[in-house]
Amino acid sequence: MSAQTLAGLGVGARGKITGFSLTPELKQRLMELGLTKGTECRVLRFAPLGDPVEILVREYHLSLRISEAKGILIQELV
Amino acid sequence: MTPSSPNSRPSSLPALGSDGPAKERIRVMLPPKPSTAQQPTAKLAHPLNAAPTPTPAPTPAPTPAPTPAPTPAPTPAPTPAPTPAPTPLPEPIAASAPQHPVTEFPIKTPHTRRIAIAGNPNSGKSTLFNALTGMRQKVGNYPGVTVEKKEGVFHGSHGEQMSLLDLPGCYSLQARSPDEAVSRDVLLGRQADTPPPDAILAVVDATNLERNLYLVSQLLELKIPLILGLSMVDLAEKAGISVDYKALSELLGVPVLPLVAATGVGLVELKQWFSQAQLPVPATTAPLPEALQLEIQQLSALLKTHSAPTAEATLLLSLAPQDLVPFSPELKLAVEAAQNRVEASGLDPISATVEARYEWIGPICALTVRKPGEPALNFSDRLDSVLTHRLWGWLAFLAAMAFMFFSIFTLAKIPMDWISAAQETLGNWLQTQLPEGDFRSLIVDGVLAGVAGVVVFLPQILILTLFLGVLEDSGYMARAAFLMDRLMSKVGLHGKSFIPMLSSFACAIPGIMATRTIEQRKDRLVTILVSPLMSCSARLPVYTLLIAVLLPEVASWKKSLIMLSMYVIGIVAAFLMAWLFKKTLLRGETPTLLMEMPPYRKPNVRGLLVRMQERAMVFLKRAGTVILALSVLLWALTKYPQPPNPEATGSEKIAYSVAGRMGKAIEPVIAPLGFDWKIGIGLIGSVAAREVFISTMGIVYSVENEGNKERISALSDTMRQQRRTDGTLVYTPLTATALMVFYVLAMQCLSTLAVVRRETNSWLWPAFQFAYMSLLAYAASLLIAQGGRLLGWH
Ligand SMILES: Nc1nc2c(ncn2[C@@H]2O[C@H](COP(=O)(O)OP(=O)(O)O)[C@@H](O)[C@H]2O)c(=O)[nH]1
Ligand SMILES: [Mg+2]
Repeated sequence: MSAQTLAGLGVGARGKITGFSLTPELKQRLMELGLTKGTECRVLRFAPLGDPVEILVREYHLSLRISEAKGILIQELV
Repeated sequence: MTPSSPNSRPSSLPALGSDGPAKERIRVMLPPKPSTAQQPTAKLAHPLNAAPTPTPAPTPAPTPAPTPAPTPAPTPAPTPAPTPAPTPLPEPIAASAPQHPVTEFPIKTPHTRRIAIAGNPNSGKSTLFNALTGMRQKVGNYPGVTVEKKEGVFHGSHGEQMSLLDLPGCYSLQARSPDEAVSRDVLLGRQADTPPPDAILAVVDATNLERNLYLVSQLLELKIPLILGLSMVDLAEKAGISVDYKALSELLGVPVLPLVAATGVGLVELKQWFSQAQLPVPATTAPLPEALQLEIQQLSALLKTHSAPTAEATLLLSLAPQDLVPFSPELKLAVEAAQNRVEASGLDPISATVEARYEWIGPICALTVRKPGEPALNFSDRLDSVLTHRLWGWLAFLAAMAFMFFSIFTLAKIPMDWISAAQETLGNWLQTQLPEGDFRSLIVDGVLAGVAGVVVFLPQILILTLFLGVLEDSGYMARAAFLMDRLMSKVGLHGKSFIPMLSSFACAIPGIMATRTIEQRKDRLVTILVSPLMSCSARLPVYTLLIAVLLPEVASWKKSLIMLSMYVIGIVAAFLMAWLFKKTLLRGETPTLLMEMPPYRKPNVRGLLVRMQERAMVFLKRAGTVILALSVLLWALTKYPQPPNPEATGSEKIAYSVAGRMGKAIEPVIAPLGFDWKIGIGLIGSVAAREVFISTMGIVYSVENEGNKERISALSDTMRQQRRTDGTLVYTPLTATALMVFYVLAMQCLSTLAVVRRETNSWLWPAFQFAYMSLLAYAASLLIAQGGRLLGWH
């Protein structure tokens, strides 16, 4: 079973960030934006054409493309 | 060292905001927290602060006198005191960042304090800058409005002058785009022409404290006096969020001041703080893991001549391999070796500092921020579920656009009619008052036909400005970018490219400036190249005129539809060209998008009015200078030389003039498009600026009809009556359409080309842009003219 990513979460689902598989620059910027390991985030909505996705993290809204969301490893919370 | 030097430490941190009547006012606004806030300070000590901070503990201060008596003696600065003596200069930190001269540092004699405003994008920095300086920096509710540093002057509480620097927003000093790099370079004193500021006003959005404090944790390491301005406290209060700013001040070791820039709350206290003789340097910093601290200390020894060696070393140490490329080989080696040692100790240099900072911030927020448990669906969320809905979202987007064009035609028509009526009256009056001759012709056919013909369009431009202003200020721009992003990524564009492109509806120049938020050079270039294809406000008069020629009496919704399709043609062309450039010239990976979605906010009425006024001033100034000068020139070129035969008709006279000869010269080229040589004169005129087309056609037909009575009438009526020598109409629907499409696609704006030259630092790109857009315009018009003819239209 492959690890779950942010892109795999449905609208309204929450998850805890467990790691990244992205370039170091992108990983650093995401972490600087508050997406550090252990942080909780929630999927708010997908754009009408399916991409990008808007998430709630550390009390603010961030949108990112699915290609990046696929590099954010998540443990879903129920 | 003068006492006002940023490195001297006062005896204590003034508890700002905790005294004076103003404080009471603020406290009413932000109710103190019942539980944690009232606990003794000992409880507030940060759990992580038990660990040693990387800052040398400030020695019991020598207590400098409150008056600025110069005490050259023992002022122990927390940073290594910079010596003006010749220090061996290490290599500059980045190829693009010139060294800040060492000698300049301690000498600051006739001292004007320089204060920099730093903070995350969209945190309210420019609003605060405007409130303090009385200036009119553009603000907008989306990240990336300010892309350059802007300097202004304000007066401290004793009336002394200080200079204030509005910096572009940044999420981190680890800059990722050209606009963030500007802020980083100013704050670190990397630019030779700008020494580091004497103090920093860190603007922090109270509704989003945690992420905003990340940058603050970096700013605290700069060893520059810092005050934290808590903005948007009004919004925080509405959302039920309360920030215990006194506790926050204690935990961060810097003064914290709640602010509402729009209403002026906190500004007086802010000025008081800046006016103190001594500004305290922050003593607290986020504790970093020991292995990192060690390396930072060693690395900073190599960076002695920089104004903030520790901060520079911290940034260098966490640079990703890719970002290390521009540095000198020696420095790169030192950093890589340090990173390897950090890794050997079990830490990831890329993420260790980030994690340490957030681990420090987390408990601080937990202690100081109180918010309602699970936030109910707020206004923003409910609005978003409509405006980004898969059906309603698109409909709302289209409806907003259609409504905008509709009001440009209907609402603007009334004042436009007034202006043209006034223009006609004035023309007829001048006609009777001035003696016949060249002077009258210059005034009536040159100045009036040229300048007034353009001024008529002011109401339309104001309506467009208002609409774009509301879209920007409400936060809708970010949603439009969210809706459109899939299309953007399909053509390989950066998600943030949409905002420069939308701004280009007003004018391509701010659009091109806004591309500074884009990280990758190639993506930025593509956006710069295609942004002028978006229909700017200078095209509006041309479209309006030609639509009036096309459809004299038809209802305005039909006109709006034609107008809308011109905009759509521009957008489609921009996407196609972007796709083409990404596939060929500027090949690269599809870039990323990380965009903050700000909450919706009520647009600021005063701000909108200011923006409209500014747009009007720019437009009128242009009409009074560039357009006036060009009108006089065009009039002269259209009038002289005069044919020897005094019986010549108006048309023959123009054909004999310089302008006429120029028009005739390009006629063979434009004839396939259905344009005659008089339109050719208009095309030549509008190389400078698009709206000059109106002036030129006004002058051409005005000079041509000189001597006729009743000749001052609407330009569109005159144009509709124009006939070729064979008696057919000049402006057939087909020709008018081809001409409009030509204006959608052609690059006819010298100012834009000049800005592209500046932003790309080369003549190559503006030249290329001019060439490709002209070719595109020609090809599209040819297709319409010839294709239409084949289909039997005219
Ligand atoms: N309610 C409220 N809105 C504010 C305040 N300060 C700024 N704004 C709004 O927030 C948005 C961003 O402001 P701006 O100054 O452009 O932020 P910058 O990107 O940091 O320069 C604008 O829409 C402002 O009108 C404030 O104190 N209260
Ligand atoms: Mg700004």
